[in-house]
Amino acid sequence: MSNKEINLEISHVPQGRLGLWILIAGELMIFGGLIACYLLYRIRFPEWANDAAHTSTLIGAINTIVLLSSSFTVVKAHEAAQKRDYKNITKYMTITIFCGLLFLVFKSIEYITEIHEGHTLVSSEFFSFYFLMTGLHGLHVVAGMVTMLVVMLGARKGENLHRVELAGMYWHMVDLIWIFLFPLLYIAK
Amino acid sequence: MENTHKISFVNKYLFSTDHKTIGAQYTIMGVLMAAVGGFLAYIFRYNLAFPGQNIPLFGALGPQQYNSFVTIHGMIMVFWVGMPVLLAGFGNFLIPMMIGTDDMAFPTLNMMSFWIFFLSAVILLASFFVPGGAFGGGWTMYPPLSANGYMVRDPNFLSALLSGSSLLILAVALEFVAMLMGGINFLVTTFNKRTKGMTAFRVPLVVWYINIAAVIFMFSVGPLVAGAFMLLFDVVLGTGFYDPARGGDPILFQHLFWFFGHPEVYVLLLPSLGVLAEVIPVFSRKPLFAYKKLVYLALLSAVLSVVVWAHHQFIAGIDPRMATFFSIGTIIISIPFAGIFLSFMATLWGGSIRFKLPMLWALGFIALFLIGGLTGLFLGSNAFDIYAHDTYFVVTHFHYTLFPDIFFGFFAAFYFWFPKFSGRTLNNTLGHLHFWLTFVFFNCTWFVLFFNGLAGQHRRIHDYSAFSNFSGGIYQTFEKFSTIGAICLILTQFIFLINVIMSMSKKKNAVKNPWEATTLEWVADSPPPHGNFPVMPEVFRGPYDYSVPGEAKDFLPQNQQ
Repeated sequence: MSNKEINLEISHVPQGRLGLWILIAGELMIFGGLIACYLLYRIRFPEWANDAAHTSTLIGAINTIVLLSSSFTVVKAHEAAQKRDYKNITKYMTITIFCGLLFLVFKSIEYITEIHEGHTLVSSEFFSFYFLMTGLHGLHVVAGMVTMLVVMLGARKGENLHRVELAGMYWHMVDLIWIFLFPLLYIAK
Repeated sequence: MENTHKISFVNKYLFSTDHKTIGAQYTIMGVLMAAVGGFLAYIFRYNLAFPGQNIPLFGALGPQQYNSFVTIHGMIMVFWVGMPVLLAGFGNFLIPMMIGTDDMAFPTLNMMSFWIFFLSAVILLASFFVPGGAFGGGWTMYPPLSANGYMVRDPNFLSALLSGSSLLILAVALEFVAMLMGGINFLVTTFNKRTKGMTAFRVPLVVWYINIAAVIFMFSVGPLVAGAFMLLFDVVLGTGFYDPARGGDPILFQHLFWFFGHPEVYVLLLPSLGVLAEVIPVFSRKPLFAYKKLVYLALLSAVLSVVVWAHHQFIAGIDPRMATFFSIGTIIISIPFAGIFLSFMATLWGGSIRFKLPMLWALGFIALFLIGGLTGLFLGSNAFDIYAHDTYFVVTHFHYTLFPDIFFGFFAAFYFWFPKFSGRTLNNTLGHLHFWLTFVFFNCTWFVLFFNGLAGQHRRIHDYSAFSNFSGGIYQTFEKFSTIGAICLILTQFIFLINVIMSMSKKKNAVKNPWEATTLEWVADSPPPHGNFPVMPEVFRGPYDYSVPGEAKDFLPQNQQ
């Protein structure tokens, strides 16, 4: 018996991409649940706006730009992977990882300032949600960066090039979640 | 064949990536956990019938222990028996065999999924031994008991992290991760690895149903994962997501829990109904009635399953207008399931019925589930539920649905596919004894408790001596009757154990297709080798071609032209 007899793509979607789409759908349900809970509380307690006033819209906006540009570079990496251009894959994926790192640096500055001002995980309901949601998102950024690094080390040698696209899809999801968190936590004062 | 090279013991039985081995691991683990859950049930049932007495094989049972045991019994039976056996076990065994492929789409992920599940079971069992014991606030983990009540005695970080409450949350979270990994595998395998000619509507119904169950699970579990994070933060880090004194709301957790918890019922039910849809046509020698409609009905039930959850919260102080909405939703969702059961009846109608063991379990399932389903209609209506909430009526209702679902469904599948996957046959006499005694003793255990429930007896109470009408007289007699029934029910399962051990010690003697069935797994050898089929079969017809007019044989395998 050989695997050649088995058609792996009856649905015309490669296995990895299909699996990742399902994973992303599941992740969105987790963040969707959190966002729904947060929204219901915000509608019920307008006074949360007093706490929300202490988040830094400027750093949030800078971080949004950082993440959005990294989504662009990861698309460039995918384009390079399709052309089997190993040098550009490495270049664009490194930039993406660097953007993720920059995001985390800004995030840490923000956390430190807020904790110094007395806004901690347990100080108010708003900040409980703020730290839980951004913290969970931050973990996803870290996971995305690690994935990106592993994929890049392989792709540099021309191995598993299809994974560049998969890492990119995951990175877009991380980006998309941030697009929702930014207005909810930083702009809605 | 390239796959016959020697593999070490560890790679073959522990860290195997073969879907059949992983299916067996899940099933064996589920059965072991069922033994733990059954033992817990024995302890607290004994205490209910003979309060204050020393329990044989255990000793005296304190109130806190009683609460823990009731809680963990529920948890184990749903998440560590129902899920691994019905979803992961059936899914792993059946999907690749029935769609005609060699293995799952992601075999390594599949292996990791089992070991994460194993870890979750270890953490759950370890929670019995931490200070304060396993969590005892009910299997639904409602705050405030789970968040900051007496269950978490010492409010410092480490002891909060090692409390029964947070270990339970951790174990459940890991179990979810394992099942999510399994679900991704099932869906991708079914989408992408079907053999030539296996179009969507030639896939056996059980594969459809396992996949629909996986979808329901994946889309309802997300909000509870979010809710579990919040609960864990409340327990360990001292946030107040569910603490009304600090602006939180404990009802929120109930919503998040039941938004998952109710669809979970259908996650457990659909794989078993799928097994019935395979067993009943084979032993009626008739095509499954309305195959395509059964797929649509299950999809309809999947959609409806996410708009019924608040019927668990009718007395939690929700808006009466919302309660009406959820009452109506709950009663509507009985329609697809009534349709599914009617189709099974129509399949039996006029068939040449063979009363073999799998068929007996399937018919027993239908008989018992009828009682469970119909009492569910009572409870779905807001007005009755306010009276019956948290009484033995509810407990009896869900045991009449979940017991047939988990155990009758499992045994129907076990007696049906055991010859295929082990290559051995089971003793028929012992099998009949096992079925009839289980059927009788299950009813002895539960039927009388409907009356206790209707009389208003509340559940989760260690000692009823403060309630004079329940601590003596007819209702106490019912409790005793039920406990004796339960002990007999547990002892009956040893017949099954003996049967399996006896058969495993014999030579492999099973034929390829003992039941004269049509689906692809019966084309493979018994047991199927690594890789399943020597040549991938090509499919030319639907899965239920029995008694086709004008044909010599009364069944046409799917790979026959």
